[in-house]
Amino acid sequence: MSHWIIVPVVLPAVLAAVLTLAMRHHIGLQRVFSLAGCVVLLAVALGLLVHAGSGAVEVYELGNWRAPFGIVLVLDRLAAVMVTLTAALALVVLLYAIGSGWDARGRNFHPLWQFQLMGICGAFLTGDAFNLFVFFEVLLIASYGLMIHAGGARRFKAGVQYVIYNLLGSTLFLFALGTLYAVTGTLNMADLAERAAQIPVDDSALLRVGAMLLFLVFAIKAALLPLHFWLPNTYAEAPAPVAALFAVMTKVGAYAILRFYTLVFGPDLDATAVLIDRFLLYGALLSLAVGMIGVLGARRLGRLAAFAAIGSMGTLLVAVAGFTEASSAAALYYAIHSTLAGALLFLVVDLVRERRGALAGALVPGPRLAQHGIVTALWFGAAIATAGMPPLSGFVGKLLILDATRDLADVWVIWAMILATSLVAIVGLSQAGSVVFWKTDREAEAEGPTPALPLVACFSLLGGVVALAVFAGPVMRYIEATAAQLHAPAAYIAAVLGQG
Amino acid sequence: MELLMASAIGVMTAAGLYLVLRLRTFPVILGLALLTYAVNFFLFASGRLVVNAPPVLRDGVERYTDPLPQALVLTAIVISFGMTAVVVMMALGAYLSSRDDDVSLPPEDESPEGGA
Repeated sequence: MSHWIIVPVVLPAVLAAVLTLAMRHHIGLQRVFSLAGCVVLLAVALGLLVHAGSGAVEVYELGNWRAPFGIVLVLDRLAAVMVTLTAALALVVLLYAIGSGWDARGRNFHPLWQFQLMGICGAFLTGDAFNLFVFFEVLLIASYGLMIHAGGARRFKAGVQYVIYNLLGSTLFLFALGTLYAVTGTLNMADLAERAAQIPVDDSALLRVGAMLLFLVFAIKAALLPLHFWLPNTYAEAPAPVAALFAVMTKVGAYAILRFYTLVFGPDLDATAVLIDRFLLYGALLSLAVGMIGVLGARRLGRLAAFAAIGSMGTLLVAVAGFTEASSAAALYYAIHSTLAGALLFLVVDLVRERRGALAGALVPGPRLAQHGIVTALWFGAAIATAGMPPLSGFVGKLLILDATRDLADVWVIWAMILATSLVAIVGLSQAGSVVFWKTDREAEAEGPTPALPLVACFSLLGGVVALAVFAGPVMRYIEATAAQLHAPAAYIAAVLGQG
Repeated sequence: MELLMASAIGVMTAAGLYLVLRLRTFPVILGLALLTYAVNFFLFASGRLVVNAPPVLRDGVERYTDPLPQALVLTAIVISFGMTAVVVMMALGAYLSSRDDDVSLPPEDESPEGGA
């Protein structure tokens, strides 16, 4: 049993406490330590990724209590991929936050950032349903603080809406867990899987209620229509680096759906089979449509990026709803892509807003921006990635999803929706781009800050999207092995319950 | 006992939901508090209702109550208490910065900052 598994949880937790207690008033020191923490986190995550690549499911028993009595952290390929993605994104976006000075516009940015990472990594690693709730709360509490970072009346209001919505979600989560515990008498995910399989189909009404409630909770997190109402205002009003980090937070919801409905309520479980995949598929198709139409109709860049996030979650969840090995693999690839592309879009939007002064994100013609060419190129890259055009990884991801859904009954609806919404997205993004970058007043050039570090961060994200397309082969090999592991939960259960 | 418990949870949830659907922050927060009370009772009941029985192993005792929901409820209480404090602070901040306690956002074009 290696102790490395708990590092992604403990390191940010300790670091956040140190940042708050020892260097409250030293933004310089905070930056150094926060960055160093992110670098170490990424290194550890890469180590775990390589380690999990062997295919073994590694279990870490907290306090040395055996599962199902104690809480366990479980490292399999899926958890390793998601933790690595989180760490990489956090490092790059933190560079942006520091370079653009966002972190100095309010207090306690860096401690909250670290707590947020702790919550996200913990949610990916935990093997216990109640512990998942606790990590959800940790990441939410941190996100409440980050959301209203730097203040402002609109941001506060949007923040209050966000908190209220998520508190309702948390309450629902507890109801779901209580129901599941009442039926099965356990909350360990592997143990839940075993017990759920033993419940006779005729007697499974409560189990189905629990499974459905849990699905609703994860759907709120994943911004599945019609539970997406928290997202547009939150993402549009949040500080840009925070919105970019939130790109991975919706993926927590998608991850939880993928994990629970392959492991606990798998496709083979008669009681809950075909319970959620219909809901998920149609909800996802609707999210896709509404998201991309929102891109087309947005009158501000912030809302445009927020609706693009809903649309990409829709695409991702269409793939998740297949619940086959191929579709889960496609979903994972698209999850990595859409996290990077979504974050890139939010950061580029912020580059534009910072350079346009009072106009901010309004989609009306304005002056030429400082560094006009570079920002335009970045927008172009982000738009191509978001719309899923070649040569970037969005195209590969959509192709994989189209291919994986070929054998489903609804293949024509899915294909038509994905292809049509891609076109809508292209129109929406190019329309916005031509208003902001093309129809400029050539005489006037806006004065704006031109620090280099934010551009470095943006180009790193763009580089990530390019690399994901160039190295799609090796990445897909790892991800296909991940999907295979996910759809053979026996090894996971055996590892956790110690029968293997 | 069962009827009392079930109706208490039901009534609190219904009242909580009604309050949450109001458009002012104060009733919404009260509603959230009611909902968390309801869910705490619900969690408590998920280990079955047993009266006058010890939760930990003891010699010569046959009947036990389930200790785990009690631990879960404790966690849930702590978290929901903290969350309520956070939402009160944020609602206060929103009230003080925009001078009204409406939950909904004003339309983008009318707001002083112009939004995002």
